[in-house]
Parts: sequence; C-alpha cells; structure tokens
Amino acid sequence: MSAEKKYDYMEHTADARFRAYGANLEEAFENAAEAMFNVMIDTSDIPCRTSIPIEVEADDLEMLLVEWLSELLYHFEVEFIVFSKFAVIGINHQDGVYSLSATACGEFIDLDKHAFETEVKAVTYNNLLVQEAGDDTMVQVTVDT
Amino acid sequence: MEQDAGSAGKLRKIDEDIWEVPQDYKEGMRVPGRIFLSETLLGNLENEALEQVANVAMLPGIQKYSMAMPDAHVGYGFPIGGVAAFDEDEGVISPGGVGFDINCGVRLIRSNLQREDTLPHLNQLLDGLFDAVPSGLGSKSKIRASESELDEIFVAGSQWAVEHGYGVKADIEHCEGNGRIEGALPDQISKKAHKRGRPQLGTLGSGNHFLELQCVDEIYDEEAAKAFGLEKGKVTFMVHCGSRGAGHQVCTDHIKTLTSAAKKYGIDLPDRQLACAPAQSKEAQDYFGAMAAAANYAWTNRQVIMHQSRGIFEKVFGMDQDELGLDLVYDVAHNVAKLEEHEIDGEKKKVYVHRKGATRAFPAGHKEVAKAYRNVGQPVLIPGSMGTPSYVLCGNEAGMHISFGSACHGAGRVMSRSHAKKSFSGEDIRVRLEDRGILVKAAHPSVIAEEAPEVYKSSSEVVDVVHRVGIARKVAKLVPLGVVKG
Repeated sequence: MSAEKKYDYMEHTADARFRAYGANLEEAFENAAEAMFNVMIDTSDIPCRTSIPIEVEADDLEMLLVEWLSELLYHFEVEFIVFSKFAVIGINHQDGVYSLSATACGEFIDLDKHAFETEVKAVTYNNLLVQEAGDDTMVQVTVDT
Repeated sequence: MEQDAGSAGKLRKIDEDIWEVPQDYKEGMRVPGRIFLSETLLGNLENEALEQVANVAMLPGIQKYSMAMPDAHVGYGFPIGGVAAFDEDEGVISPGGVGFDINCGVRLIRSNLQREDTLPHLNQLLDGLFDAVPSGLGSKSKIRASESELDEIFVAGSQWAVEHGYGVKADIEHCEGNGRIEGALPDQISKKAHKRGRPQLGTLGSGNHFLELQCVDEIYDEEAAKAFGLEKGKVTFMVHCGSRGAGHQVCTDHIKTLTSAAKKYGIDLPDRQLACAPAQSKEAQDYFGAMAAAANYAWTNRQVIMHQSRGIFEKVFGMDQDELGLDLVYDVAHNVAKLEEHEIDGEKKKVYVHRKGATRAFPAGHKEVAKAYRNVGQPVLIPGSMGTPSYVLCGNEAGMHISFGSACHGAGRVMSRSHAKKSFSGEDIRVRLEDRGILVKAAHPSVIAEEAPEVYKSSSEVVDVVHRVGIARKVAKLVPLGVVKG
C-alpha cells in the first residue's frame, strides 16, 4: 500500500517543515525520515549498502517521532552514513511507553560523490503533529537547518 | 512568505520603532510583548513570529516583557531574535530560549593590513582558509579531542584552547565572559553528545555559518572604534559558528527531560518546543550545566578556527600574527542563557536572560565588560548576510533598561531556504558577487543560493533601529571582500 504522495514541504523562513503521509503510523514515520534526508540530499540516488537497527522509546507519539528522526541524524553524523531507505518494523504502546523498532539503510558518506545541500541540524517540537487516521495518517515536523 | 497584516494590526505603537504586543493579545500572557521594529521592518513580521513572542510571555516568572529584536523572524519555541528574562527563583529555564546551536556566535579579528595590500592575495587567502577550516556537511576535523580533553573543553572553554597552543592569552580577555560560562556540568553531557563533539572541534559546520574577510568601510564613533582597534580601510576577519553536533545533541537530550519535567511541575506549554522547568529544579539546573558546557565547546571551536586562520594569514603574507596585528576584537554568543543581575522595578535582581538570536550589549562601566573596553562599552558584532555589510556596535546604558542589555544578532531571514534554492542559482549569485569584487567559496553552490543576499532583511535597517532605540550605538561598518561558506 502506498499513498499517492509520500510527503511535501511547507514554507518556513528559517527552517524546513514537512508533512509526511502513510497508510499507517509506521509508513508515515518512514516517509518522514525520507523527507528529512531529502532536505540534505537527493536520496533517490543513494543505494542500500549498509543497514543499521534503530530502537527508540518515548512518552508519547510526538516525542517518539522526534526521537526516531533525531536518532537517524545522530547515526548520520557519527557513523558517516547517509540513509535513503527506512523500514519501521513496529510502533508499540505498552505500560505508558511508546517504542519504535526500525532499520535504516544507505551508504557511507563520500564527499566526492555526495553533493549535500542544506544541513539538518536537529528535529524540533515546534508545530509537531501526529494525526493517526488509518489510511490518511499524517505527521508534521519542523527541522532546524 | 506568511504574512498577516491582521495580527500586526494588533500591535500598539509605544514609541518610534517600539511596538507592544498587548497582554490580552493571547490568553495566558503574563506580561506584554515588546518588538523593536521600524515601519518598514514591521511589514516583514510574520504572524507566527508574533505568536511566538506571545507564547514566551506565558512562561512562569517572566520579567517585564517578552521581547523581539528588529531582526526577528519565525523560530521554534522563541522567535529568532527573542529575548526574555526569568526570575532566578520564580522563573524557568528553557532550551527553547537558547536553541539547538548553543552559543552560535561571532568573533571579529582586526589587522594592520590595508585593503589594497590584501586584494591581490584574496584568492590565495580564501583557498587557504577553505583548506584549513573544515567546512560543510560531512567534513571531518584534523583535530580529534580525547574523552578527557573534551571534558576539559566543556569546563574551561577558550582557556583550554589557549593553554593547548591555539591562540594567545589576550584572546581570552577579548571574549564575552572570557570565553566561558561557569558551572558547566560535563556529566550532564550524554555519550552521544561526546561522540558528536570529538571529531568536530575546529570545524565550521554548514548553513549560515561562514568565515569572511572584510574591510572597515565607515567609522561612526571614533572613540569606540579606536578602543576596538578599527581603522577605515583596514582588513578585518569574521568567524560565525557554534557548538556543532555536541550542542545539538545537548538540546535534543534535555528537551526530552524537560518535557517530562514541565508535566511534573504542572507548567502549561503553549508550544512543546518551550519545554522548561522551574529554574532551581534539578532538571533545569542539569540543562543549564549542560548548556554551559556546550557553550564552552563553541568558544573553544571558534578559538581553534581563529588560530588555524591566523596561520593562513601568516603563510600568505610571510609575516607573523603580531606584525599583521591579528588581534581578537571580541567574541559574542547569540544563542545562550545566562544568569545576570538586572534592575527591575527599581530593585536589583538575578535573572536567567535567554537570548535566542540576540546579542549581549553591556554598557561602559559594567563589570562584565572586558577591561580593555570598560570605558566605552562592549563591542556588539552584527554580521550581515552574504554580500552585505556587517556592523560593529557598542553597548549603551539605555539598553540595560530597555532590553536587559541585549541587541540584535544579524540581518534576519525573510525567505526560506527551499524558496531561495528555487529562486536563485548559486553560480549566478557567485558571479554577481564576484562582479562586485566579493569572492565566495562554498562546499556546494546551493549553499550560496540558500544564503543569497535577497533572503535576508537589510542589515543596515536592522542596525539603524537598534541605534535609534538607543540599545547600542553604531561604531563601524564592515564590507565583505571574500567569504567561505560552510
């Protein structure tokens, strides 16, 4: 199942804001990750050569979304991997804690090959939205650039 | 661009260039808002930025006003250009009032070089700087701090750099707060922040960060200019960057803790990015200690970058830094929270002043102004956008009463990066600037497009408002000769 549009960007003076869509939360979270990396580089040319597991936890869904994207930025910066494909295996809610498990894949940064544009510095809570509505699930994120 | 004349219409004009956001603008405001804008700049004020000024006014313990400087635009949590002071006991501390790039700031270096003597070497200088200072996304530093060194950097700031051979003692005395915030808590810096911080010391980063060769074009205040070592026709050098990944991670980590803390202490948040806790709570103090550590990292970072840059000047001109007169004029933070003493309603009070995209601007005689400048006031460094002038101002006594001793920090964006990339070609802008005698080097042309001169408010207009309101006075205008963009 794939929505017609995975994500779109909205006007924001200082930073980048986008909405990502999906048939469920997992897909919307995957598309949000792709939207974020597409701010920095065209991810369509980046093959899946190396993959890492991601596990995050949070008190609520909005925080979980920030944690998920922040964790990807962290690995991008520290492991020098630029990610292009994301698979959210599951988002669970148990005993008041939300958890997400996923894999992200991409390739090691090669500055001769990868032409980076805008750097995403961090994921903000500003105007953060998670609207879970089955087929029409939507998340909105503003990233600091 | 989002604009809403309706909301701006609710502003009340208090004086020339001073506008009030009435306390009934939004329910829950504890104090009114104050925005410093000319009629021209008012037209650029976005509705969302105004909302953000009102949101900050809702936080507990806020003193006098929630303020925005003339370069204000939409941020997250606080507007960019936002200033607010919170009572030491009754108030809060919020990472939303500091931002992710903790102690993003600017330093200015003077020189004995004349513009004419420098122009023939401009290309060589820029190439040298571009090689010496790793810049752009994904670039790696040539220095790698050890774990124990990193902890020393978090505590000692600029002093660590100078003690390890990156600069001279006078550099420390020419930094805001001697290039350090006391009370840093390195144990509040996560493993992740350590991992991000280690390989990035001495790197410029990306976005609006830059190195710029400039020339003093005009002097407005002879006495202050003399004290700052600025002479018409002489070359200056500016560094703009912050705490890099370490700072971003500190903010990310502590917003999470402070979100839970806000719930625990029953603080209603108008925007989740304003997560905060009572100033004296453990959660707030832990964040403050971590923020101080990240701020100290940023001062070290700018110190190392300046040191590497001095080496390039020495190589290109075949003279040492003393002969070249490469003295640090000053270094200011523009994303930071500080515990300061201010007079409020006739009483001296300690407050946590949050400056998010705003600069400290203390007057002559203030004990926290560097000794060398105590008779004239603190230098306030206002970078322009690429291709437009930067300004050096000087703190005035009036600023202490008007804005907790705070001034603007830059030109202020009016166009988003994505819009800029659609509207301009980086290569066209590079050529256009070159025609005007300004050379630009960047890791990628799109970075040039994102930072095109047209995407910012006029730096001159912004600085004129600050000067007219009396917060700080104009000292010198610096025009760009060459830029290295991250």
